[in-house]
Amino acid sequence: MRSLYRVVKNLLPLNINLSRAGALTAFMAMALPLAGCTGSSDYPVIFPHGPDAITERDLLFIAVAIMLIVVIPVFVLAVWLPLRYRASREAPDYDPNWDHSHRAEVVIWLVPALIVCAIGSLVWIYTHRLDPYRSQMAEGKPVVVQAVSIDWKWLFIYPQQHLATVNELVLPTDRPVSLRLTSTDVMTSFFVPGLTSQIYAMAGMGTRLNFQPGPVETYTGRNSLFDGKGFPDQKFPVRIVTAENFKNWIDTVRKAPLQLTPHKYQMLSKSGAMPHPLHFSSADPELFARIVKGEHSAASMIVSSRSK
Amino acid sequence: MHTETAHSHEAMLFEEREFGFWIYLMSDAIIFSLLFATYAVMRHATAGGPGAADIMELPTAAIETALLLLASVTFGMAAVALEDKRRNAILVWLGISFLLGAGFLGMEIHEFIGLIAEGASPQRSGYLSSFFVLVGTHGAHVTAGLVWIATAVAQLMRTGPTEAFAARFKRLGLFWHFLDIVWIGIFSIVYLPGVLQ
Amino acid sequence: MLGKLTLHVLPLYSPIAMSGAAMELLGVLFIAALITWFGKWRYIWNEWLTTVDHKRIGIMYVVLAFVMLFRGFSDAFMMRMQQATALNGHGYLPPEHFNQVFSAHGTIMIIFMAMPFLTGIINFVVPQQIGARDVSFPFLNSVSFWLTAAGAALVLTSLVIGRFTTAGWTAYPPFSELPTSPGSGTDYWIWAVLVSGVGSTLTGVNFVVTIIKRRAPGMSLMQMPLFTWAAFITAILMVFAFPGVTVAAALLGFDRFLGMHFFTADAGGNAMNYINLFWLWGHPEVYIVILPSFGIFSELVATFSSKRLFGYVSLVYATMVIGILSFTVWLHHFFTMGSSADVNSFFGIATMVIAVPTGVKIYDWLLTMYRGRIRLTSHMHWTLGFMVAFVIGGMTGVLLAIPPVDYVMHNTLFLVAHFHNMLIPGSLFGLLAGYQYWFPKAFGFRLDEWWGKTSFWFWFVGFYVAFMPLYVLGFMGMPRRMDYYQNPAWQPWLIVAAIGAVLIAIGILCLAIQLVVSIRRREELADLTGDPWDARTLEWMNASPAPLYNFAVVPEIHDREELAWRKERGISHDAPAHYTPIEMPCNTSTGVLIGGAAFVLGFAVIWNIWWLAILAFAGVIAATIVKGSVPEEEYTITPDQIAALESRGSGPLLGFLSPLEDERGDHSTHGLLNSIGD
Repeated sequence: MRSLYRVVKNLLPLNINLSRAGALTAFMAMALPLAGCTGSSDYPVIFPHGPDAITERDLLFIAVAIMLIVVIPVFVLAVWLPLRYRASREAPDYDPNWDHSHRAEVVIWLVPALIVCAIGSLVWIYTHRLDPYRSQMAEGKPVVVQAVSIDWKWLFIYPQQHLATVNELVLPTDRPVSLRLTSTDVMTSFFVPGLTSQIYAMAGMGTRLNFQPGPVETYTGRNSLFDGKGFPDQKFPVRIVTAENFKNWIDTVRKAPLQLTPHKYQMLSKSGAMPHPLHFSSADPELFARIVKGEHSAASMIVSSRSK
Repeated sequence: MHTETAHSHEAMLFEEREFGFWIYLMSDAIIFSLLFATYAVMRHATAGGPGAADIMELPTAAIETALLLLASVTFGMAAVALEDKRRNAILVWLGISFLLGAGFLGMEIHEFIGLIAEGASPQRSGYLSSFFVLVGTHGAHVTAGLVWIATAVAQLMRTGPTEAFAARFKRLGLFWHFLDIVWIGIFSIVYLPGVLQ
Repeated sequence: MLGKLTLHVLPLYSPIAMSGAAMELLGVLFIAALITWFGKWRYIWNEWLTTVDHKRIGIMYVVLAFVMLFRGFSDAFMMRMQQATALNGHGYLPPEHFNQVFSAHGTIMIIFMAMPFLTGIINFVVPQQIGARDVSFPFLNSVSFWLTAAGAALVLTSLVIGRFTTAGWTAYPPFSELPTSPGSGTDYWIWAVLVSGVGSTLTGVNFVVTIIKRRAPGMSLMQMPLFTWAAFITAILMVFAFPGVTVAAALLGFDRFLGMHFFTADAGGNAMNYINLFWLWGHPEVYIVILPSFGIFSELVATFSSKRLFGYVSLVYATMVIGILSFTVWLHHFFTMGSSADVNSFFGIATMVIAVPTGVKIYDWLLTMYRGRIRLTSHMHWTLGFMVAFVIGGMTGVLLAIPPVDYVMHNTLFLVAHFHNMLIPGSLFGLLAGYQYWFPKAFGFRLDEWWGKTSFWFWFVGFYVAFMPLYVLGFMGMPRRMDYYQNPAWQPWLIVAAIGAVLIAIGILCLAIQLVVSIRRREELADLTGDPWDARTLEWMNASPAPLYNFAVVPEIHDREELAWRKERGISHDAPAHYTPIEMPCNTSTGVLIGGAAFVLGFAVIWNIWWLAILAFAGVIAATIVKGSVPEEEYTITPDQIAALESRGSGPLLGFLSPLEDERGDHSTHGLLNSIGD
């Protein structure tokens, strides 16, 4: 697979100009409807800062540009043909029995097929390059964060630092991030628009999301998969900070009065949103593994809390 | 088409029904294949409860298989009897098929009750849910087959081996043999690996 | 005795739900009162509810679809109004109501609006288009309809008694499991889907057999009109895809009713399995609702361009390819589940491949117009509007098929905009155009053109105004299904979308006005020839409305566009020398009884009224056994009667009391319609 991937990659010069071409298209497309409306920060998908999200945006616009080859003629023909050949004009070139042309058929099959080949190669290359499970390609020891989706909040465990937060994700700008995700009960989707890809969090298993955090920036992350009454509140600030600020932040959290004891975890597992972030100065690094194994049996606790 | 006689009109209707029944069976086969897939997915989802090796008994499964396959053979005998329009022979063979099928079903119910009594109920784990539903869906089909055989017997006694009866008997045969094929799948995907483990 | 039914099941939790329930009940009472007032119960029962005539079953399907369109659109309208106002929690709907509304909207629009609509048109048209007198299994057809109606009735009942699911139209577990979704809502969803799913599977079987076995002599497969081809592939998809949703919903039901662990979050349950099963149906289902419309557009483009359809063979193969590929792409609904890059790329590319045959179709239609003589009727408006809007949806579809792009667009309103962009132009525009096209064949008069075009423009503009903002909101990262939100930048776009919903509401109103106006002006709009559009296929060779046996003499087929072929040779309306007797199936009440029992069964299980459930189940079984054991009753139409019916000709509502009684001069149906219309 990998060798095939290399061959395709070398065949296509596209990857070199990808981001420049994409940014240009993006600018042209967005300048029209969005100018003057609101700031670019309101459009995180179009104006991303995370390296992955930028490539994903570029991919989107390059694909649109390629597809316009087929789409624009449809617009033109769907307006021009009915005007040119409307019955009242009684055009002399009326040909009621013209129903086949080899040349036309070849073109209408071949052109879309070639376009699909082009976009399909992009799919192959960039799905591998942006695979959330890919091992880190950048320098540096990754920051490991374990995210647990609980009704309707996110618990972030930092096993390397032995601490945890609720509804606040802080990451240093200079190190890759290795996120592992699970859920206590329902299926949710971890999504930080403008930063990186989204991925599901599911009970009884851990999914992964590895990415580069990019420049210093603040984002809003959330769950994007509907999971009940408090769904709109399941959001959290994501802050990408300098190495130094990250260290300072760790020190602040270390001084927090709360500790993530099993009892505290049980309290957290009850359904309800959490409007303000919580800090836990200590957390069991094995907690995540136990949640994945279902040893905390969140489902049974949710039964009791929901039925009230 | 202009000189369509009553007979050919009826024959066309029977032909259409048989074809339609084939199509229906394909849809049913997909239901079973999805249940097989679900079973395969949940193979190890025992949640600490009993697994395949704990609940499978080869002798029971072997006897069940024998009963069901024999019921197909005897059904075939009924089909042979229908060729010669021997009404009583058809009745006897259909009766034996019914008894064999009922025996299969009885053993299966007995097996299920035993498992539930041992605590291997479908509520115990995802694996057991998938086992009970896959095997149970086949069992429900066998039940439907038995009801169908009973109505076929009633029809035969009322009308004798008419064309209408023969057409219906043919569809019943398709259904009955289809259940064998599904069972062979269950035997080789559910029971055999369970025992060989 | 009454299971879990108590007074608490009434929708006391929300005044808006209460008024919705009251409106529903009043609607039912109003219709019942109307029928009683005109003394038409016997007529409705004998001529409609118990009918096995494919044309009347088709009409009933379309009526059901319009009722459900009204309900489903009301839900959509409420959602748009909610989101337009819901900044910082200022919306008017509480979450428990809003969440039911979006779940009901999706369920209704796909399963109880689009499905009955397309099934109705297939029912009405296909036998006439292939020169058949009815479908292969007329009784089964009646059962299919009544099972669909029973499922729809269950969804409607959930507004009055209990609640509907809040788990979305896809009912994803583990959220849809008992711990997180207690109460009747998801159970209503399960039973509605199961009951109507059986109906759709049987419809699929019926039409596969009908199209294979009942084509008129001379009509080879490659001479079938394109709508029939589309119906054929759709029927095959129904047969093979519906088991997916049947199994998914049934296993979810086992979890909820029997405490099993297929998809639960604990005890080994595997929710990903549900999602695979669901989309194994769900993706082919997209093509089930779109292919018939593609067929309709093919008919319309050729007819209103007065030209042979361009690229027939291409169109047929494109339809087949779409049908086959529709089974190979289901994983694109969950690229974000963490599959490997190889798997995601495969499904992404497979999805894009579908764009090729779809693009070919669009260009074949455009080339059909080339060198034609195009009449820009309302039907052509829908068709051209479809092409212009659909390619945008196709483009965003390809975008979502690129896994890395999907990683940032999944679950956002971009996705919502995309699939509405496929389904509204791709499915609904086609179905509405088909309704307006074949209406004269059903009732003997055309629909008013001005109101048809006005409706189109409101729909078309309303569609853009309602859904283009949702694309933008996707770029802003707004997830779907939000009851309220805190980001003020989203609100302007949501208000624009709400204005779009108002425009679409006017479009729907125009459709209603069109119907009323056309009924009143039916003599003016009469179709006196049976071929009001100068059409090209077989169904227009008959009188309008078609006699109950469709074809007095089954025609010999010479060409793909048989009627055009005959008109060219001036032999389209040659009366035959003599008629032979025709045998037709008798009406039966078994279909409506089975549907009723299925409704009662679902309702009783949902509310744990076990004695009633057993009774209803026994009823279904008994009816099936009895009906299966007695030969189908048929009656014979004599050559004299055929001659009389054939001399009747075309005209508004001819034969609508009863085709044979009409000849005795009994016109009381006209009386009913006159009193409504004037």
